[in-house]
Amino acid sequence: MRIVNRISIVREKCIGCGVCKNKCPFGSIKIENKKAEIMDSCSLCRACANVCKFGAILVEGEDAAFNTSDRHEGIWVFAELKGGTVPRVVLELVTEAKKLASTLDTEVSAILPGYNVGQAAQTLIKFGVDRVYIVDHPALKNFSNDTYAKIIIDMVRSYKPDIFLFGATVCGRSLAPRISSALNTGLTADCTQLDIDPQKRILLQTRPAFGGELMATIICPHSKPQMATVRPGIFEAVQPLHINKGKIIRPEVCIPDSRIEILKCFEDAAEGFDITKAEIIVAAGRGMGHRENLLLVEELAAILGGVVGATRAIVDEGWIERCHQVGQSGSTVSPKLYIACGISGAIQHMVGLKSSSVIVAINKDADAPIMRIANYAFVGDAIEIIRALINEIKSLKQNQAEF
Amino acid sequence: MTEAKLDREANTIIREGVVSIINPYDIHAVEEGLRIRERKGGSVTALSMGIPCVVEMLKQVIAMGADNAVLLTDKAFAGADSLATAYTLSKAVEKLKEFDIIVCGKQTTDGDTAQVGPGLAEKLGVPHITNVVEIMELEDDYAECRRAVDKGWEIARVKLPAVITVEKDINTPRFPSIRGIRNMLKPNIAIWNADDINAEHDRIGMKGSPTQVVKTFIPQSKAAAETIMGTPVEQAKKMISIFDELHIKVRER
Repeated sequence: MRIVNRISIVREKCIGCGVCKNKCPFGSIKIENKKAEIMDSCSLCRACANVCKFGAILVEGEDAAFNTSDRHEGIWVFAELKGGTVPRVVLELVTEAKKLASTLDTEVSAILPGYNVGQAAQTLIKFGVDRVYIVDHPALKNFSNDTYAKIIIDMVRSYKPDIFLFGATVCGRSLAPRISSALNTGLTADCTQLDIDPQKRILLQTRPAFGGELMATIICPHSKPQMATVRPGIFEAVQPLHINKGKIIRPEVCIPDSRIEILKCFEDAAEGFDITKAEIIVAAGRGMGHRENLLLVEELAAILGGVVGATRAIVDEGWIERCHQVGQSGSTVSPKLYIACGISGAIQHMVGLKSSSVIVAINKDADAPIMRIANYAFVGDAIEIIRALINEIKSLKQNQAEF
Repeated sequence: MTEAKLDREANTIIREGVVSIINPYDIHAVEEGLRIRERKGGSVTALSMGIPCVVEMLKQVIAMGADNAVLLTDKAFAGADSLATAYTLSKAVEKLKEFDIIVCGKQTTDGDTAQVGPGLAEKLGVPHITNVVEIMELEDDYAECRRAVDKGWEIARVKLPAVITVEKDINTPRFPSIRGIRNMLKPNIAIWNADDINAEHDRIGMKGSPTQVVKTFIPQSKAAAETIMGTPVEQAKKMISIFDELHIKVRER
């Protein structure tokens, strides 16, 4: 029998209030003759069903058929290495995993494939990892999503973790979906928040969604492990004061040949620039109008001794290089001062700057999302305000010089 | 005969005005497939899972020069997460038989999980590389690619058949050609449903998706601590006082 997944309006209960229509991220609901109607473009995200107060939206169909009869236990963190050392994002994940583990009364393990990883293992133990699973072999010196995936998939099948976290780095974003696909389990990318559902004791994975105006909380209730990736800088890495002695485990694994060979790596010399270390950032968005207007932003940044930041929109337009991008697919920054010029505030951008000490936003629209998270919201034309600001600063300096 | 295929996920739908567009990354994937054909011969097939009107977008891809296209469309595919999508695409690839390279856009601009490419490769049992910005060398049994990594670049060689996911930087997509537009009039587009690809029903659509959205919400927004109006000069002065409070020194330019 064919299974049909269907969402429909219970017309007797629908009063045509339109709340569902506004909630639909895909514009798939229309109100006709005071009744809601769901169109073919619906993707079954169920955002509408979640908000209907009248029980007028019916979702039929079955949930995922995956069964986990086996008991799964423990939180795993993939310990990616960079130049033989543990990058900060892994320690951030370990700190977060410890919090989740304490709610679930379970342990945190790090999965550490590589070569000569003894030092890295000790670092992980210092951050409170209860167990480190090490696969130490010359063939694993360089990351290969081919061999690493196979080894880790075997380990998951043997040890059955409940939750498995990865940094959303280039490696993590390549490796995690390969593993989740092999295990037929769920993976949520770029989570900004992780919690444990107190009743179901499952992971609640929150991330920006649907073009950036909503947050979505996602669960993976029927299959294990529950997998998630998290961008660097979302969580904090904290070395605990007291730790239990961590155990090192060296499982016997088969190390397959890699179908991928890394021939050469090189850092982009021109991009020695690291925006995540900047104390002052002056960032530009589409509201700056034209690429030429970036010169104003650059000038202001230089005057303040800061650097230029950018939204994804202007990077995609080619106004500025990717290394300046702040946000979910750019960098997470934590400056003393973040000045957002002509930026409306898509969630994916704001996620990158929420750790700023002070946020100043300049936008024509007083209701733009960024104006609501800013400490100071300047309503006006960013170009005019920055010009006036630069002039004011220059004339102040001149006055000072004249004394 | 060598064959290059392209994959694309369902399109993006923007709200008011309901405009559907091809995922921008995938247009670059199509273009790269066409360039691979120019280098090595073979045929280019575009593959997409989506709602019926996606066939119009596949016509655009034919107009660019793809030899043929396949649209996977079925109510049963709705509600698919990246695992169910990867599975569905893999069943279609199996039906299409042999391939040398599958080119995917790195991610979609709505979900932007970048999970379908790697997930598809795993289902097909082939290796994959992500974030490719240039295919430097292409032989029958391997591809050597430059990829963008966290702080620079890497050159990796992958054995074929393989899946590669591409960045927008990889190429500049062409406009449709005259021949392409002519082909669009009688496009070679197959439309397949779940039965056509022998998809197991509990692995597609909502049923085949281990992840589910349990709630969506607008994040907490408070009013800005302080809203400043006035003329640009007045606002500039206020901003300078903020810099003073934060002990930010201004520098000579």
